[in-house]
Amino acid sequence: MGSLIEAAALDELLRLLKPKYRIYAPVRLPGKGRFSDTDLIGYAEINRSRDIVFNERSYFSPKEILFPVNQTLFYFTESQWREPETDDREILVFLRSCDLEAVKRLDQALLHNGPYPDSYYQEARAKVKFVLMECQEEFEGCFCASMGTNESRDYAFSIRPENGAYLCDVREDLEELFGRLGKPREHEPAFVREHKNPVRLPDNPEAFSEHPFWREYSERCIACGRCNVVCPTCSCFSLQDIFYDDNPKVGERRRVWAGCQIDGFADLAGGHSYRRDKGERMRYKVLHKIYHFKEHFGVNLCVGCGRCDYACPEYISFSRCVNKLAELEDSTKAEANRKLGDTSAAVEVKKDVK
Amino acid sequence: MSNNPYLPFRAPILSKTRQTAVDWTYHIGCSLNPVPGQFVEVSLPGVGECPISISDFTPDSVELTIRRVGKVTENLSRLEEADYLYLRGPYGQGFPLEQFAGRHLIIAAGGTGLAPVKSVIRHFAERPETLAGLTILAGFKSPEDILFRPELESWSRSFDVQVTVDQVCDVPVPSPGHVGLITALIPDLAIPSPTNTRAIVVGPPAMMKFTCAELLRRGLKEDQIWVSLERRMSCGLGKCGHCRVGSTHVCLDGPVFNYAKARKLVD
Ligand SMILES: Cc1cc2nc3c(=O)[nH]c(=O)nc-3n(C[C@H](O)[C@H](O)[C@H](O)COP(=O)(O)OP(=O)(O)OC[C@H]3O[C@@H](n4cnc5c(N)ncnc54)[C@H](O)[C@@H]3O)c2cc1C
Ligand code: SF4
Ligand code: SF4
Ligand code: FES
Repeated sequence: MGSLIEAAALDELLRLLKPKYRIYAPVRLPGKGRFSDTDLIGYAEINRSRDIVFNERSYFSPKEILFPVNQTLFYFTESQWREPETDDREILVFLRSCDLEAVKRLDQALLHNGPYPDSYYQEARAKVKFVLMECQEEFEGCFCASMGTNESRDYAFSIRPENGAYLCDVREDLEELFGRLGKPREHEPAFVREHKNPVRLPDNPEAFSEHPFWREYSERCIACGRCNVVCPTCSCFSLQDIFYDDNPKVGERRRVWAGCQIDGFADLAGGHSYRRDKGERMRYKVLHKIYHFKEHFGVNLCVGCGRCDYACPEYISFSRCVNKLAELEDSTKAEANRKLGDTSAAVEVKKDVK
Repeated sequence: MSNNPYLPFRAPILSKTRQTAVDWTYHIGCSLNPVPGQFVEVSLPGVGECPISISDFTPDSVELTIRRVGKVTENLSRLEEADYLYLRGPYGQGFPLEQFAGRHLIIAAGGTGLAPVKSVIRHFAERPETLAGLTILAGFKSPEDILFRPELESWSRSFDVQVTVDQVCDVPVPSPGHVGLITALIPDLAIPSPTNTRAIVVGPPAMMKFTCAELLRRGLKEDQIWVSLERRMSCGLGKCGHCRVGSTHVCLDGPVFNYAKARKLVD
């Protein structure tokens, strides 16, 4: 159902939803940006429509709503475990197609990989509904269309700002509210179809695992892990115990985000480690995003949001790396064809001599 | 949440035996019925969790052999009989025992690598007639580091058991004892029929690599060898990502792998 809703009416709608939902959207966090005196766009609970930032990409993705940076799994006393209380309200998240597709990747990693679903993620996931923020055009460095994640339709409603009001495509149980607060208006959400800098995927990037071009990243990358943190599909974590200073017999077990680009991720006790070299970490991450995850789950892990390129303090570009792999593959294929051409030419020559 | 896979259960330490200056074997009261080669996540509240191989088991106990190397294992080493620890598991893929029936089995274990294969050996020690033969090669840094001495003695009564140490000291080595790397024992092994031979290789990464290379040189094929890999692990459940190599999660698809697959894993 299409609907045109004025800002004041949308605020009323949000107000009516509040008792039942925690509502999250990208908002402006003043002074928190990458450079001095700049703002950062991150996710927070909102109360009114004007808090929502429509015209910029959020620096952080919405993944933290379902998979918090730091989450208590249980509290323990000497002989008992207790799980934390959870909020019974449902969750409404404003996000874009790429991020909505990213949630499906999180589902694969946290629910479907292994014999048991992650019960914490599962509980939060069951409560979530999505509001699709339309992208009428790309932000700098996005490549969702290259990854096939530009069009996602599992939303409760879609939203596009239009002359101070909002155009929506409404589904499910919210039709009644929109019918009351908005005006009927035919609307089909727009999706980004092409990019200024599209990304081309190699067929078999594993073939270049040993290629010297990874070494450039060994020098450049400082292992800060920002690329992992901002990525909507990075879902690695470490379990960690803490005890309370005033009573060491009481404490909690937590999980905290971890990242494959950061030191220590693959360390073993006794000083052994895998992928000490940062170029190897880059290869590990890139191949997971565009090859290995797909081997297992049939879709690529990267959704083309472009956040990692934007966040990297060393100007390392994931998208250029992927394009570079595709180019390497092209030139290897061309070389092989040329050689094949040479041999058939040689055969021709032999025939002539006969 | 009734289905929380991270919740461990409490289990009592039935006994604790010292193996070396830094290794202890614990018998824990719990009924897990694992496959040899599987592991558990062992934890102490407030300290942390770590993956430990099940070195042996009975219907109502598991045996763990733990080396003191860091925070969690240090705290575990201070526990005594009748104390409790916390477990979840068993996890991962163990050794495919059915693949070894009727074969000549060579087991090469370096250091604590003997732990994950110990219950394989016990399984066949109870049914020697199901194998064409069993050769056990166990390598340790020095005689003081030898694990499972009584078991090695008793297995040597039914099977070909050879122990080797990298360097000697005052402590005797069980006979037949050798000095040198485990790889040096392989060229002289009696391998009557390479095609009817299967091998298990478990130990530090370099030991596994070179031991497998020697076995290939003796005519075994890659897919006749199984290894058990060690990777950083946090969850043991296929969620945390630490143990992933390519599209493989060592905690789910391993730690036991056929060498034909393990060899292709690019870290
Ligand atoms: C499948 C598997 C089976 C194992 N079986 C045994 C065994 O039978 N006996 C034994 O003594 N050791 C075994 N280990 C190694 C054991 O898990 C590590 O020695 C232990 O995690 C070290 O923890 P720590 O807190 O004492 O050390 P620290 O160095 O303080 O380690 C801190 C953290 O790092 C992680 N970590 C460090 N080393 C490893 C490692 N090698 N593997 C996974 N995580 C690690 C742990 O999560 C730990 O909490 C096994 C490892 C794996 C993966
Ligand atoms: S890898 Fe980079 S572009 Fe791809 S989803 Fe993650 S942050 Fe976005
Ligand atoms: S953001 Fe850049 S420098 Fe930091 S870990 Fe990622 S690739 Fe390396
Ligand atoms: S140990 Fe967490 S995914 Fe394997």
